[in-house]
Amino acid sequence: MKQSLKWNRSKTTRNNFITYGVVILAYIILQIMIGTDSITSTMEGLLVPICAYVVMALSLNLTVGVLGELSLGHAGFMSVGAFTGVTAAVALGRNVTSGPVLLIVGMIVGACFAALVGFLIGIPVLRLKGDYLAIVTLAFGEIIKGIFNNLYVGVDGSGLHISILSDTTNLAADGDLVIGGPMGLSGIPRESTFTAGVILILVTLIVIFHLVNSRAGRAIMAVRDNRIAAESIGINVTKYKLMAFTVSAALAGAAGTLFAMNYTTLVANKFDFNTSILILVFVVLGGLGNMLGSIIAAAALTILPEALRQFSDYRMLVYAIVLILVMLATNNDTFKAFLGRLKPGAKKKKEAV
Amino acid sequence: MKKKLLSMALAAVMVLGLCACGGETTDETSTEGTETTSSAQGAAFKIGGTGPLTGTAAIYGIAAKNGAQIAVDEINALGGDIQFELRYEDDVHDAEKAVNAYNTLKDWGMQLSLGSVTSKPAEATSVENNADRIFALTPSASSQATIDGKDNVFQMCFMDPNQGAASAQYIAEQSLGTKIAIIWKNDDVYSKGIHDTFVDEAGTRGLEIVSDTTFADGNDTDFSVQLADAQSKGADLVFLPMYYQPASLILSQAKGMGYAPKWFGVDGMDGILTMEGFDATLAEGVMLLTPFNADAEDEKTQAFVAKYEEQFGETPNQFAADAYDCVYAYYQALTNAQATPDMDAATLCDLMIQQFTSMTFDGLTGTGMTWDATGAVSKSPKGMVIQNGAYVGLD
Repeated sequence: MKQSLKWNRSKTTRNNFITYGVVILAYIILQIMIGTDSITSTMEGLLVPICAYVVMALSLNLTVGVLGELSLGHAGFMSVGAFTGVTAAVALGRNVTSGPVLLIVGMIVGACFAALVGFLIGIPVLRLKGDYLAIVTLAFGEIIKGIFNNLYVGVDGSGLHISILSDTTNLAADGDLVIGGPMGLSGIPRESTFTAGVILILVTLIVIFHLVNSRAGRAIMAVRDNRIAAESIGINVTKYKLMAFTVSAALAGAAGTLFAMNYTTLVANKFDFNTSILILVFVVLGGLGNMLGSIIAAAALTILPEALRQFSDYRMLVYAIVLILVMLATNNDTFKAFLGRLKPGAKKKKEAV
Repeated sequence: MKKKLLSMALAAVMVLGLCACGGETTDETSTEGTETTSSAQGAAFKIGGTGPLTGTAAIYGIAAKNGAQIAVDEINALGGDIQFELRYEDDVHDAEKAVNAYNTLKDWGMQLSLGSVTSKPAEATSVENNADRIFALTPSASSQATIDGKDNVFQMCFMDPNQGAASAQYIAEQSLGTKIAIIWKNDDVYSKGIHDTFVDEAGTRGLEIVSDTTFADGNDTDFSVQLADAQSKGADLVFLPMYYQPASLILSQAKGMGYAPKWFGVDGMDGILTMEGFDATLAEGVMLLTPFNADAEDEKTQAFVAKYEEQFGETPNQFAADAYDCVYAYYQALTNAQATPDMDAATLCDLMIQQFTSMTFDGLTGTGMTWDATGAVSKSPKGMVIQNGAYVGLD
C-alpha cells in the first residue's frame, strides 16, 4: 500500500511536469512563430483570450474536478475580476504609466475581489449539494451580471465615485467613467500580453498542483469521494470546501482581468450563463480533475469556431457537431482501448474521475 | 494513463489544427482572390466588414452585407478602374468575436473596412482599425464611442444621442402625444443612449413622461408589467428605443391586453416587417425615425429596392441602404483620390481621411451628406409610419 502510494505520487509529479512542459513548449513555439511573423493575425489575436479561458477552465476544474461540486456561475467570478481589476488599473493609471504594473495590480485586485465574493457566496452555497448547488451558482452568476449592468463607477482627481441604477457620479471634467452600467467597461488600458497570459497559466498550475498535492488537497478530495467518511475522521468539510471554492474564484478573477484588459470595451452580458457553460464544457471535455486536458480543451475549443469560418453560416452547427463527436469519441471504449494499445505497458487508469 | 494519452492525441490534433489554420488562411486568400476577381479584370480593392450574420441581431448584419453586395456588384459591372471585392465575417453581435472576425479579415488582406454593423462590436473593432491604420466607414454602428478619438473611423448613420433628441423634437413638433411612456432595455448601450437624450430633450420641449420602465437581457419576453404601467398612467404615446425583436413582442402583447396607444420607434425598429413569424398587421401605425424609406419616389431608391427584392426576396431596410451608401461613398472617394488597388491600407487610409472630410456625398439615406473630422456624418432623419405593411413618409 505504502509503496503504491509512493509510486502514484511520483507519477503525479511526472504528470505535473508534463503539464508545465506542454505550456512552456507551446509558449516557445508560438513566440518563435510571432518572431518570424509566420502566425496569422487571427491566431495572434486569439492568444490572450485562450490564456484567459485556459485559466478559467483550470480554476473551474478545481471546483468541479477536485472538489466535486458542479458550479454553473463561474463566469460570474470572471466578471467580478474583470470589472474590479480594470477599475483598479484605470484608477492607478492616472499616476502610473507602466503597463505591466497596471496589469499585475489589476489582476491582483481582481483576484482579491473575486476571492472575497467567492468566500461570501461559498458560506451559504456550499451547504447545498449537487443539483441545488448548481442552481444557486447559476443564480449567483445572473445576480453579478445584474449588478454590473446597473453599476456606475468613475474615477477623477478626488477618487472613486460609485452610483447604482443611474449615473450620478458627477465626475470632474478630467474624470473617466470606468463602468457605465449597461455600457459596461470602456476605456480599458490594453495591457494584456501573451507572455502575461502564459505566466498567469503557470501561476495557476503551480497554485492548483500545490493545493491538490498538499494535506488540504487530500482532505478536499476526501470530501469529494465520501463526505460522511471524511467527516468521521475529523475533516472540517465546510473549511476545505470553502478553501477550494475561494481559490478557484480568485484564479477566475485574475483571468477575468487578463481577458478584459485585452479589449478596450466589455459588457457585463459577456459573462452570462453561456460563458459559464462554455467553461464547463472545456472542463468536461478535458476530463474532470485533468489539468492538461482542461488546457488543451480550452485552447482547442477557442480556436475551433475561428478555424471553422469557411463554413460561414453553418459555422456554429459544425462546431456543435464536432463537439458531439469529440465527446462521443472520448467516451468510446473501443477508442479508449485503441489509444491504450498505442502505449505498451499502460497501466490501469488511476486518476479519479 | 489513457486519459493522458488522449490529451496528447488531442494536443496533436490541436497543433495540426493550428498549422492547418495558418496554412488555410493563406490558401483561402489566394483561391478566393481568384474566384471573386474573375469578374473584375486584375486587382480589386478589398473591402471587409464584420456584422451579426447569425444570432438575435442577424437581420442587421445580413441586411448590411446584402446591401453592400449589391453596390459592389453594380460598381464591378461598370467595369471601371475601381473594382471591389467584398467579404463579411460573422461577429454574433459580440465584441470578442468581432475582434476575431476583424483579424480574419486582416489576414485576408483587407484594405478598406466597413467596420462593424452593431455598436458594441464596432467600439472594439474601431480601436483595431485605428491601431492598424485601416480606414473604416461603418454603416450603422451609431454609438459615440465608435468614433471617439479615432481619426480614421467614420459613420454613415447618425449617432445614438442625436436619435433620441431628434425623436423628442419630432414628437413635440408634430404634437404626436402629450403623455409619453418609455420602455427601454437598460443593459443595452444603444437603448440607453437614446433613452437618456430623449428624456433630456423631452424635458426641454415640455413633453410629459408618465411612465419609464425597463427590461434586460433574459427577461425580455413578458412586457405585461411595463405595458400595464403605461396604460394605467394614461400614456397616449409609447416610445420604444430598442431593436425590433422585443418591440415585436411588445406590440403583440399590447394588442392582447387591448392597449392601443401610438407607437414610436427608432432605427432599430427597422426590420420588424421582415421578421419571420411576425404578424405585420400588428405594426400598423407604428412610427419610426429612419434615414431611409423604401417607398421613396426617387429613381435611385427604386432601383435599389427592386434589385434587393429580386435578389433576396424582401424589402431592404435602413441597414442595407446604409451599407450600400458606404460602398458608393468609397467609390466616390477612391475615384476622387485616384487611388489604385495596389496601394497599401495605410496609404489608402490617409487618402480616405482627406477625401471624407472634404467631399459631399449623395446616397439613398440622404443628400448632401458631409463628414467632420471626428467621423460623424451630418444628415437628417426622416419620420416614417407603417401603413399596409410598408413604410410611408410622415410629413
